[in-house]
Amino acid sequence: MSEQDQHLDALQDIRRMMNNSSRFISLSGWSGVAAGTCALLSAIYTANKIECWKRADCRFEQIILDGGDRLQATLVQIAAVTFAAALVLAFLFTWLRSRKTGVPIWGYSARKLMVQVAVPMVAGGLVIWRMMDFGLYGLVAPACLIFYGLALVNASKYTLPEIRFLGYFQLALGIVNLWMIGYGLYFWAAGFGVLHIVYGIIMWNKYERGTNS
Amino acid sequence: MENPISGLNKSFDNRIRLGVMSILMVNDEISFNELKGLLEVTDGNLATHLVTLEESGFIKVHKGFIGRKTNTTYAITKTGEKAFSAHIQALENMIKGFR
Repeated sequence: MSEQDQHLDALQDIRRMMNNSSRFISLSGWSGVAAGTCALLSAIYTANKIECWKRADCRFEQIILDGGDRLQATLVQIAAVTFAAALVLAFLFTWLRSRKTGVPIWGYSARKLMVQVAVPMVAGGLVIWRMMDFGLYGLVAPACLIFYGLALVNASKYTLPEIRFLGYFQLALGIVNLWMIGYGLYFWAAGFGVLHIVYGIIMWNKYERGTNS
Repeated sequence: MENPISGLNKSFDNRIRLGVMSILMVNDEISFNELKGLLEVTDGNLATHLVTLEESGFIKVHKGFIGRKTNTTYAITKTGEKAFSAHIQALENMIKGFR
C-alpha cells in the first residue's frame, strides 16, 4: 500500500467512525415491516367496526345517543393499542439486530434519536387531541401523517439517512389527505401500513440481507 | 514551504486511537462500552489506548454510576480537538501534495 493510500484509508476510517457513532444504525428493516403490518391489521379492524356501526349491528343508536365521546374513545383506544403493538414489535426486531451487530442499543445516539422523534410526535399528539375535542375528526388522519412525517425527517440526521424519504412520503400523503377529508382511513393505511412495509423491505435488502446480521 | 508532515500527530497513528478521536469529535460524551462496540476491540486493548490519549491530554474521563454499576464516559478536550483537526488537515495536505 502506498503512503497516499494509507492516508486515504485513515480519512475514510475517520469518516466512517464519525457517521456510525453519531447515528443510530441498528434500526432493523423488520421493525418497519412489523409496524406496517400492525397498522394494516388495525385499519382493517377499524374499517369493519365502522361498517358494522353503519349497519347498526354494533348498537350504533347507542353510540349516537352517547354523542361523539364514545366514538372518539373507541378510536383512540384502537389507535393506542396499535401504536403500542407497533412500538413493541419495532423495538424487538431492532433489539435483536443490535445483539447480532454488537452495537449497544441504548447509547448516546439512541437517546438523541428518541428526543428528535419525541418532540414533533408529542406536539402533534396534543394538536390532534384538541382537534378531536372540537370534533374535527376529518383532520385527524392527515395530522397524524404530517406530524409523523416531520418526526421522521427530523430523525433522519440521527439514524439511517433513508428514513428521510419515508418522512417525505408520509408528509405528502398527509397533505393530499387534507383535501380528501373522509378518506382518512385509506390514507392512514397507506402511510402507516404500506409505506412502512415497503420501507422495511428496502432497508432489509440494503443493510441486512447477506450480512448475516 | 512548510513541511506538510509536521502536522501529523504520532498519537493518532494507531487505528484505535484514530477511531476514538473520530467518535469523540462528533459526540459530546460516550461510554466505554459504546466505544468498544463501535471499534470492535477488546477491553484491555481499548483501555490501554484510552489511557495514552488521556495522558496526552486529548480526552477527559468521567467516572459515574448507573445504579450500582460504574459507567465511565469519555469526552474530547480543547487540546484534543485542536490536535485532531491539525492531524486531519495534515492528512489532507499530504494527499493534495501527491497530486
